[in-house]
Amino acid sequence: MNQTRITTEGLTNARPGREAPPGSGRPTGSADRERRRGSRRRRPAEAFRSYYGLPVLNPPVWEAREIAGYFFLGGLAGASSVVAAIAQRTGQRSVVAPAKVAAAGAVTLSLAALVKDLGRPTRALNMLRVLKPTSPMSVGTWVLSCYAPAAIGAAGSELTGLLPAVGATATGVAAALGPAVASYTAVLISDTAVPAWHDARREMPAVFVSSAASAAAGVGLLACRDSDAIPLRRLAIGSAAAEIVAEQVMERRLDPAVAKAYHEPKPEKLLRASRTLSAFGAAVALLAGHHRVGRRVAGTALIAASALTRFGIFHAGMASARDPEATIGPQRARLAS
Amino acid sequence: MPAGHGVEAATQDPAGISGWLDHPPRMGFFTDTSVCIGCKACEVACKEWNQVPEDGLNLTGMSFDNTAGLGADTWRHVAFIERAETDSDAGFRWLMSSDVCKHCTEAACLDVCPTGAIFRTEFGTVVVQEDVCNGCGYCVPACPYGVLDKREGDGRIFKCTLCYDRLSDGQEPACAKACPTDSIQFGPLDELRERAQGKLDQLVEAGHPGAQLYGADPGDGVGGAGAFFLLLDEPEVYGLPPDPVVTTRHLGEMWRSAGLAAAALGAGIIGAFVGSRR
Amino acid sequence: MTDLGWPVLRQLLGPDRTARGSAAASARSRSLRARTATADKVVKSVCPYCGVGCGQNVYVKDGQVVQIEGDPDSAISRGRLCPKGSASLQLTTGDARLHQVLYRRPYAADWEPLDLDTAMDMIADRVIATRRETFEWEHEGKRTRRTMGIAHLGGATLDNEENYLIKKLWTSLGIVQIENQARVCHSSTVAGLGTSFGRGGATTCMQDLQNSDCIIIEGSNFAEAHPVGFQWVMEARARGAKMIHVDPHFSRTSALADLFVPIRAGTDIAFLGGVINYVLDNDKWFHDYVVRYTNASTIIDDEFADTEDLAGMFSGFDRDERKYDFQTWQYRSDDSNDSNDSGDSDDADSTRPLNHRSSGAVRSSGRGESHGSGGAAISTKEPPRDETLQHPQCVFQILRRHYARYTPEMVERVCGTPKEIFAEACRLITDNSGPDRTTAFAYAVGWTQHTVGAQYIRAASVLQLLLGNIGRPGGGIQALRGHASIQGSSDIPTLFNLLPGYLAMPHAEEHHNLDDFVEADRHDKGFWANMREYAVSLLKAWWGPAATPDNDFCFDYLPRLTGDHSTYQTVLEQIEGRCKGYFLMGENPAVGSANTRMQRLGMANLDWLVVRDFSLIESATWWKDGREIQTGELVTEQIATEVFFLPAASHTEKDGSFTNTNRLLQWHHAAKEPDGDARSDLWFVYHLGRRIREKLAGSSDPMDRPVLDLTWDYPVEGSHDEPSADCVLAEINGFDAQGEPLTAYTQLEADGSTACGCWIYCGVYADGVNQAARREPWRNQNWLGTKWGWAWPADRRILYNRASADPDGKPWSDRKALVWWDAEAGKWDGHDVPDFVPDKSPAYVPDEDADGPDALAGDDPFIMQADGKGWLYVPSGLVDGPLPAHYEPQESPVDNPLYAQQASPSRKLIQHVDNQFSPSGTQPGADVYPFVLTTYRLTEHFTAGGMSRWQPYLAELQPELFCEVSPELAEYRQLEHNGWATVISARHAIEARVHVTDRMSPLVVDGRVVHQIGMPFHWGPNGYAKGDAVNELVAMALDPNVHIQEDKALQVDIRPGRRPRGPALLDLVEEHRRRAGVTVDTGHGI
Ligand SMILES: Nc1nc2c(c(=O)[nH]1)N[C@H]1C(S)=C(S)[C@@H](COP(=O)(O)OP(=O)(O)OC[C@H]3O[C@@H](n4cnc5c(=O)[nH]c(N)nc54)[C@H](O)[C@@H]3O)O[C@H]1N2
Ligand SMILES: Nc1nc2c(c(=O)[nH]1)N[C@H]1C(S)=C(S)[C@@H](COP(=O)(O)OP(=O)(O)OC[C@H]3O[C@@H](n4cnc5c(=O)[nH]c(N)nc54)[C@H](O)[C@@H]3O)O[C@H]1N2
Ligand code: SF4
Ligand code: SF4
Ligand code: SF4
Ligand code: SF4
Ligand code: SF4
Ligand SMILES: [Mo]
Repeated sequence: MNQTRITTEGLTNARPGREAPPGSGRPTGSADRERRRGSRRRRPAEAFRSYYGLPVLNPPVWEAREIAGYFFLGGLAGASSVVAAIAQRTGQRSVVAPAKVAAAGAVTLSLAALVKDLGRPTRALNMLRVLKPTSPMSVGTWVLSCYAPAAIGAAGSELTGLLPAVGATATGVAAALGPAVASYTAVLISDTAVPAWHDARREMPAVFVSSAASAAAGVGLLACRDSDAIPLRRLAIGSAAAEIVAEQVMERRLDPAVAKAYHEPKPEKLLRASRTLSAFGAAVALLAGHHRVGRRVAGTALIAASALTRFGIFHAGMASARDPEATIGPQRARLAS
Repeated sequence: MPAGHGVEAATQDPAGISGWLDHPPRMGFFTDTSVCIGCKACEVACKEWNQVPEDGLNLTGMSFDNTAGLGADTWRHVAFIERAETDSDAGFRWLMSSDVCKHCTEAACLDVCPTGAIFRTEFGTVVVQEDVCNGCGYCVPACPYGVLDKREGDGRIFKCTLCYDRLSDGQEPACAKACPTDSIQFGPLDELRERAQGKLDQLVEAGHPGAQLYGADPGDGVGGAGAFFLLLDEPEVYGLPPDPVVTTRHLGEMWRSAGLAAAALGAGIIGAFVGSRR
Repeated sequence: MTDLGWPVLRQLLGPDRTARGSAAASARSRSLRARTATADKVVKSVCPYCGVGCGQNVYVKDGQVVQIEGDPDSAISRGRLCPKGSASLQLTTGDARLHQVLYRRPYAADWEPLDLDTAMDMIADRVIATRRETFEWEHEGKRTRRTMGIAHLGGATLDNEENYLIKKLWTSLGIVQIENQARVCHSSTVAGLGTSFGRGGATTCMQDLQNSDCIIIEGSNFAEAHPVGFQWVMEARARGAKMIHVDPHFSRTSALADLFVPIRAGTDIAFLGGVINYVLDNDKWFHDYVVRYTNASTIIDDEFADTEDLAGMFSGFDRDERKYDFQTWQYRSDDSNDSNDSGDSDDADSTRPLNHRSSGAVRSSGRGESHGSGGAAISTKEPPRDETLQHPQCVFQILRRHYARYTPEMVERVCGTPKEIFAEACRLITDNSGPDRTTAFAYAVGWTQHTVGAQYIRAASVLQLLLGNIGRPGGGIQALRGHASIQGSSDIPTLFNLLPGYLAMPHAEEHHNLDDFVEADRHDKGFWANMREYAVSLLKAWWGPAATPDNDFCFDYLPRLTGDHSTYQTVLEQIEGRCKGYFLMGENPAVGSANTRMQRLGMANLDWLVVRDFSLIESATWWKDGREIQTGELVTEQIATEVFFLPAASHTEKDGSFTNTNRLLQWHHAAKEPDGDARSDLWFVYHLGRRIREKLAGSSDPMDRPVLDLTWDYPVEGSHDEPSADCVLAEINGFDAQGEPLTAYTQLEADGSTACGCWIYCGVYADGVNQAARREPWRNQNWLGTKWGWAWPADRRILYNRASADPDGKPWSDRKALVWWDAEAGKWDGHDVPDFVPDKSPAYVPDEDADGPDALAGDDPFIMQADGKGWLYVPSGLVDGPLPAHYEPQESPVDNPLYAQQASPSRKLIQHVDNQFSPSGTQPGADVYPFVLTTYRLTEHFTAGGMSRWQPYLAELQPELFCEVSPELAEYRQLEHNGWATVISARHAIEARVHVTDRMSPLVVDGRVVHQIGMPFHWGPNGYAKGDAVNELVAMALDPNVHIQEDKALQVDIRPGRRPRGPALLDLVEEHRRRAGVTVDTGHGI
């Protein structure tokens, strides 16, 4: 019965329509029951429920080449700056200039990649409108905007021999910021809702820095003289091992629903190749690092492995963003527990 | 690094902590899907008001949903769920629900936006400024609900503005205004939360077991949504994450790991070199 | 602080340290304004799509419309708009609109641009020439003064003022084939409601649904087709009311129902008959209401025989003529020397003998639609009654016998509705009816579009009368009409059989002069007794000073009918070459009308065609891309038809009024002038008329007198010389001899001293004020919104509201007070304008010789009825039976379980090679078309698509035509979800995408499984979202009262995959027909 009364005075007890109850659906009448009895169940029980299997998230709009490339180049640059500064101190002269140049070149390219990936490249400078502690990209941009001039200055001074004092400061600044440059991108991708990235947040920096170190070691191996090879070989072996281990630990710690993204064909292929090349590079560095050719092979392998890691992780993220189960599964499990 | 996060989770005055000293009450949406008639007026009204481009003809086969999801060119999306419980006598139900940006209390998109294109307005809403966004794309994967996206051929990111322009003039958002059944209710958030609880109680009492509020709890993973919902089934059925947590809640932890890693990088390199000094 | 340019500085120096708020706001953001707030002006308007009539605010900046949204003040819509209303900006300002006149020369392959002025001139010449060539002074010896050479279609999207001028000009030119959407949409409503209650409009208003205790939506997809009106259903549900949806398909309306009742399409009379039987059997009827306010006690002629006696026919059926003689259906006459002349059974094509009231004979009835505002005439002024309801020939007892076999078991057998669901529906309806509670019915074209459409509505009327639900708050029958002004285009009819205000068009057979005309239709009792006043005032409005008492007020200027000249008949006339010129003004028959193939074939045979629309709809381009061009049956270069396309102005570009589904007139104001060649239809008709009159000015041909004598001097304004719609409305309202506006139709005179263009609209311009433009916000008035717009008749919102009070004038219940007798003041008082003589006491008993309104007793609430009563039984006015009986649709896979008679014996079929029918039931070949197809609407599209398929914001929401099938049928026919299927009827075949869905469910009917297929009908081959037109499948099988087509139930086959292209398409259709043994005679048995 409608609670409204209309007396000669007027209408009382009105209630807004939004308070209406939901509908009751299609009832099942005897005929329906009869008809459906014995008819096969039309929908198999679903393991998890989703909206037509559509992703919950909107997958990143980033291009693999630009963004994975930027992660790789940033890592290479940051670690190379550290290598350059240390090598300068410890006297591996043959490494210094190439490392500085690599850092400068890589950071320049990485910035270019970043800008290229912007939807509105002409607005790149808007990155410096604000300094947002909550945004790894903002923090990273500000770090990069200090780091890049330093790295470029260090390389410039190194190559030209000009302004040595500035060069030294620049080298120091670049080395000090290098680890930040190499690691902040790990925070950048972890700081998303993409399960394969976010849930890997504890290990991601380790993967990124070891991958960065690998790449820097690779650069060093390519460039160094025989006499300077030992530290780079050690760095290469250590970082390659770390990269493999960190990446494996990362995958294994993930919820299976999330980890499966790393086993999608594309990321799986890239990461397997990365692991193989890392292991190969480390082995060659160990066994044949005293030869120039061996170093070249090892260095190339490590640089490639580092890049492949980033692309692998990138694509794993894309796959997991597209997979509703990766988002819903762990959340459901969390709620259930 | 951003130590303020725990505190922020507790506050329900996002505008206040975002530098709006003397601001109006927090405004939001209560979308009561139990009275939605799936008419999509909200979709059209939003597009007309915001001059959002049409995004193509695509018969999806997903019941009456040919829009498919929120994105750069869809700021309101009506989901249709045909739920047949063939094994029971409960029969068949057709659920409809209009999705929108949640205007999170702790908004990941806003937190991560490097340009300040996304900002918290004086109404507590989360808005992308199209004159600032440079299309870096970071906000897209940051959002745990899949709300934002890049517009093809434009490069910038778009999403619901909660009709910031209209609110500025004291007007109701276009979608809420159009909604024939008041499924979309706009107003001060506290009022809406109270009203929603009342409606939920009413439904629970009437025996609707699936009925639940979604995003109404300030204690949830995003500090409560500014646009929350009353659903008749589990969130994932509507394409919503069941228990999203704003990614920046873990930012401190991430920076700590990164700091450790960075230190390890430095140490590792030094170790490699120093130990081998001839 | 905010002036610090670089946000980082604001961040560091201001309160927003993390730069997530005020510091990050750009200058643009800080100065953002809503364009609704910065507009130069806000123009009040009305949504141009459907009949709900939602209020719109149109925002104008720098002379351009920048936004259209809901008007929060509207008493109907309260600011809300559905997706279509919300897309109005795109409709009116989008690039789908053309602004250039286009011309297709005979035999030309393409359009060419044409100058507007030249086009107008050419059209005027064509009209004059065709008229001269085809003018018909006489037809079979009877004076007709008309032309059958020109026809018109369209009106429901147009303003009342436009419809008025169209009808006026065309009629003065002798054109009779004037039709609009009302024919195909709700014509059966006018007949069904009109004969039951006296007026053919919804008995209630949208807002009053909030007071219902139970709402039954049946034959309507309320939430999808009238979404904003549906808020009032939700309002009722919020307050505890129950909503029942009875429908073949589970729709968005069903999703919000408290009870969904599945039903087989085409069986509602069985269903409603079942409820009636339940009510009678269980004594659930409202005794006092039924006895005092209905004709339950009236005694019927002894000769009357029911369907129960005659195996499914009523007495009086003439098998040769396939028509009823309804002599025996009449009220028993006191007067024993009844003459035997009888009414003819067809609506207007009858060859009816004159019936003089003096003879006491039955006056002819039929003309179902002419009861739009005046019920049918009856033979006797005071028929005998038995208030004990015991007399075996009293209506009540006849009713009981008639429905006795409509048991729940029978309902399940016929409708496929499970017994227990039916029982639940009966319980809800009856529990929520009575003195304290009211139940409302809402229906639309799920009921009207059947070969027994009028009887569907009658069945609901019978039930609502038995339950005492008419005229009361929360009760009534809500006829949900279609277009923005479809009600208006029925009231001011661009319809062949009507004159404004539901006066009938004169018939050549019997209406030789004004006296004959009036005598044939007027009642002795009630307000229809004053019909002469209405007719004379109309003639004065049209012919002004030329209309004098001496010349019968120019009655002879009116062209006469000789039969059915409805739109489907016109198509035949075109195919046969008699109709040569065609105006399509806002209608798209190549998509919307039944049997689109015949529509195109008809147009291909015209000399000239004028299309006025926003975009190039299918009806404008068939000569170059129609189906027959693709199959090779027609060749563009061989088609002689000259085609003019004239772009129309939109609702934002013209003043005018729409009449919504609840008889409410609302004015929309022009926000700007139309661009380019776009012009209003008012402009078109006015200037065309002006040109024709100029061209004929010197003529002495008597043929031209009517158009030359026509009052046609409307002031023009603006840069386009737009005629003043306001002045047209003033003429419609009427004025007295001094030219002062009238305030009520009771002021009309038969002596020629008053002029009134539409008597039922008299009062809309009361006091010289446009009452349709009243916009008192809903918050400031009662729930009926009585100060919002103006409703006919006499601004009443709930019709027959005298019935909301008991015979003594007191509300039946203090929960349901609407109007009541204030004894002290000696007048009726209430929340609504009383639908009664204001000072007539409930106790009033008329004198024996009282006439007209004076003859109404104080307890006769149905003041337009000849006996003042609601009609449970219709003794006259309908041609297919006095009581609704269940007949199967023309095409049905089922044998009628109720009667030996399969389909309505008097149904009207068009026999033509392109309009063949499948065999039905157990006839051989019926299994070739084994499935029931029903067609309907989607929220996102509008009718034939001219206002939605071209609008990207709407098109993208439902991009393609689809058919909905149950999983069972999909499995049976191997249909794949989201794949393609081909649907084949005895007319044609179309393709559609497949939705396999639990919303469709097979029914068990008479022991076997019947599969139903549902299809929305909005697509056609043009526009942005394209698809086949469903009406390729639909046949011209018509209701005999009003000639509405059976869109809602037909037989088809379905198979997976796309349809063949080219000539192979015809082979597919032919091969099906061959297998089924279909011939032109199939389905034509009685
Ligand atoms: N969105 C939208 N709104 C519209 C229109 C539109 O095209 N789109 N058109 C306007 C017009 S012109 C009109 S006339 C109205 C029409 O409004 P409606 O009549 O509500 O529209 P339909 O969807 O054609 O039909 C209504 C319902 O009747 C059901 N039906 C079919 N056959 C039968 C039957 O035999 N018995 C019963 N009980 N139900 C049956 C259908 O399944 C459908 O659910 O809508 C108006 N409003
Ligand atoms: N199978 C099937 N067929 C049906 C139905 C069904 O349920 N099933 N329903 C039927 C019903 S109820 C109806 S009403 C018809 C509707 O069928 P139509 O009336 O043929 O369809 P619309 O698309 O509404 O056509 C109206 C046209 O008017 C144009 N228009 C709008 N405003 C103006 C104006 O101001 N001036 C001019 N000159 N033109 C204007 C629009 O652009 C549009 O092209 O379809 C009928 N056909
Ligand atoms: S829902 Fe997504 S886009 Fe909206 S405020 Fe939250 S994080 Fe941002
Ligand atoms: S894409 Fe635009 S809105 Fe999104 S994070 Fe980048 S700048 Fe901010
Ligand atoms: S609030 Fe405004 S912008 Fe957001 S969805 Fe609604 S209409 Fe669109
Ligand atoms: S406008 Fe309202 S009722 Fe319509 S789909 Fe959107 S939320 Fe649902
Ligand atoms: S189409 Fe009908 S319901 Fe929708 S806004 Fe227009 S008038 Fe209102
Ligand atoms: Mo209609």
